[in-house]
Amino acid sequence: MSAETATKQVPPQTAARVLTGSHFMIGDHACAEGALAAGLNFFGGYPITPSTEIAEHLARRLPVVGGRFVQMEDELGSIAAILGASAAGARSFTATSGPGFSLMMENIGLAAMMELPCVIANVQRASPSTGLPTMVGQSDILQARWGSHGDYGIVAYSPSSPQECFELTIDAFNTADRYRIPVFVLMDEVVGHMAERVVIPAAAEIPHVPRKGPRTAPGAERFLPYAADDDMVPPIAHAGEGYKVHMTGLTHDERGYPAGTAEAHNSLVHRLVDKVRLHAADIVAFEEQQVDDAECVVIAYGCTARSANAAVDLARAEGIRCGLLRPKTIWPFPEDRIRRLLTKGIVKRFVVPEINLGQLRREVERLTQLPTEGLNHAGGAMLTPAAILEVIRS
Amino acid sequence: MNTPHQEEFAVVHPVDHIMRADRLPHIMCAGCGIGTVVHGYARAITESGIDPDRHVCVSGIGCSGRAAGYINVDSYHTTHGRALPFALGIAVHNPELIVTVISGDGDLAAIGGNHFIHAARRNANLNVICINNFNYGMTGGQVGPTTPVGAFGTTAPQGVVEQPFNLPHLAQATGASFVARWTILHVRQFTDAVLRSMEKNGFCFTEVLSPCPTSFGRRNKLGEGLDEVELYRQRCRIENGATNLAELGIDIVDHEQPITLGNFVDIERPAFQP
Repeated sequence: MSAETATKQVPPQTAARVLTGSHFMIGDHACAEGALAAGLNFFGGYPITPSTEIAEHLARRLPVVGGRFVQMEDELGSIAAILGASAAGARSFTATSGPGFSLMMENIGLAAMMELPCVIANVQRASPSTGLPTMVGQSDILQARWGSHGDYGIVAYSPSSPQECFELTIDAFNTADRYRIPVFVLMDEVVGHMAERVVIPAAAEIPHVPRKGPRTAPGAERFLPYAADDDMVPPIAHAGEGYKVHMTGLTHDERGYPAGTAEAHNSLVHRLVDKVRLHAADIVAFEEQQVDDAECVVIAYGCTARSANAAVDLARAEGIRCGLLRPKTIWPFPEDRIRRLLTKGIVKRFVVPEINLGQLRREVERLTQLPTEGLNHAGGAMLTPAAILEVIRS
Repeated sequence: MNTPHQEEFAVVHPVDHIMRADRLPHIMCAGCGIGTVVHGYARAITESGIDPDRHVCVSGIGCSGRAAGYINVDSYHTTHGRALPFALGIAVHNPELIVTVISGDGDLAAIGGNHFIHAARRNANLNVICINNFNYGMTGGQVGPTTPVGAFGTTAPQGVVEQPFNLPHLAQATGASFVARWTILHVRQFTDAVLRSMEKNGFCFTEVLSPCPTSFGRRNKLGEGLDEVELYRQRCRIENGATNLAELGIDIVDHEQPITLGNFVDIERPAFQP
């Protein structure tokens, strides 16, 4: 597309759900546009840097396309409201950053337990606590996986560009609905605030995975809201559809009724974990550069993958056989791919640069005895290609 | 074996179809008032003339939070304090639904207090029934935001020294369209208040006083559940439309103070429709 036809700024009042065309857009806005393209009906959020642009963008855009935007009183309210809207059939969404993500943790567990699909964007900033609110971090990686109490399955995407903010947010909605789980878009401040070309395809080309609904009419026979199919995912009936569902955060049986036994609990929690774990091959997404003959494999995600990409090119120019594996899904982690790499016997070492003190490196170390080096900064600045190159060389 | 007389009258209870009979027996203690509240809500659903499929019940955590589990409409037993924002999400996404929140004083006014004042401020289209039994019953009698000064609880062995919330006053001050207070003795008036809430748009709040003989009554020498209901009967004063809500706090321990009941507020204000 020529520069003349490229849209410089998103028109705020357009009634089009999908802004087909080429745009110059920050990652936060691209994420919001991805949600709209995916069919977002309900956004409940609370302002927090560096995610606020997502809420501001949707405040303008969502009501115009027929959805509802609510600024809640806090992040506890945001997550609860999007779960309620999801229970009523909405594709629902919130966006936050570290402190808000922490506040949402309890009801992320409720989403997992009630199996209410929802999408949560976390534009990561330097943490812990208030940290550096306007500066980059990647330190909510393990919190995204394990932050709420108990065992449960989730999916987390990690975009490296505004274009991916758009695309992976769409994937997040489809994955949430497909498996009835909370899904995270783990952005970071750099990716959220950087502006790049974002190409939005025609509406008909936006992938859409619908929720699996009941196969019987309401009242025809008793609907069991938690009777799972062979894929471990139960069909969902929404409030107002006539199925008279009961949902609870308590351990429950197929009727949705509280079931206070160890057996019921064990069976339910295994299913909540397995429905993601056993579908990992369908969910996992990653991209590779020059990995096939690489002796040194760099594993990087989010904004750090951009530096890593440059570092790998620089190292190749020096004759170092190295490559980049870039997970687009951090959870599930592409562990099968790493196992296959290991069986080929070419890889001699891994380098995992990340803007935290080694969170995803633990996953790699779990899979291999080979040397795995981290390049770690606690947050506030990107890792440079030169710094990553130095570790590759060493 | 049924006698002919019993067979003649062995009809279903008028609210049976609103109850999940397969969940019975329930978990409430003897003398607890929650069952009466659930019955009043079920009556209101049938009398509302609105298809039960359009009714939704949301609750939080605690004994009162279990109410949603016994009602045969789409029902959601959420997390502690978060029933209101969860219900708001339902009501905003599908304005055709009649969404009622049933929860306890601790759930709505302590851990969920921020959501309470903001739902009222927005005039969210929700009917809220707060079962006030003056303590945390399920966890064994700890004091909460409605426990009267001087009352005892496991976390206030010397008696409460903090001023409790006066919930109707709080609801009115923060913008509710409808505010009432009844007790489980006043079943008809309570049911009518809930019915009125179902008719109205906006944030409608009904506090209903309920005995908790196991955790609160025993510790505060209020006797059995029935004794506490008798106390309500003796001390209640009905004053519909009362305007001095600030002065109508409840002190169930000080036997000199009347308990003022009524439908206090019924105003028209634009309901929250983002």
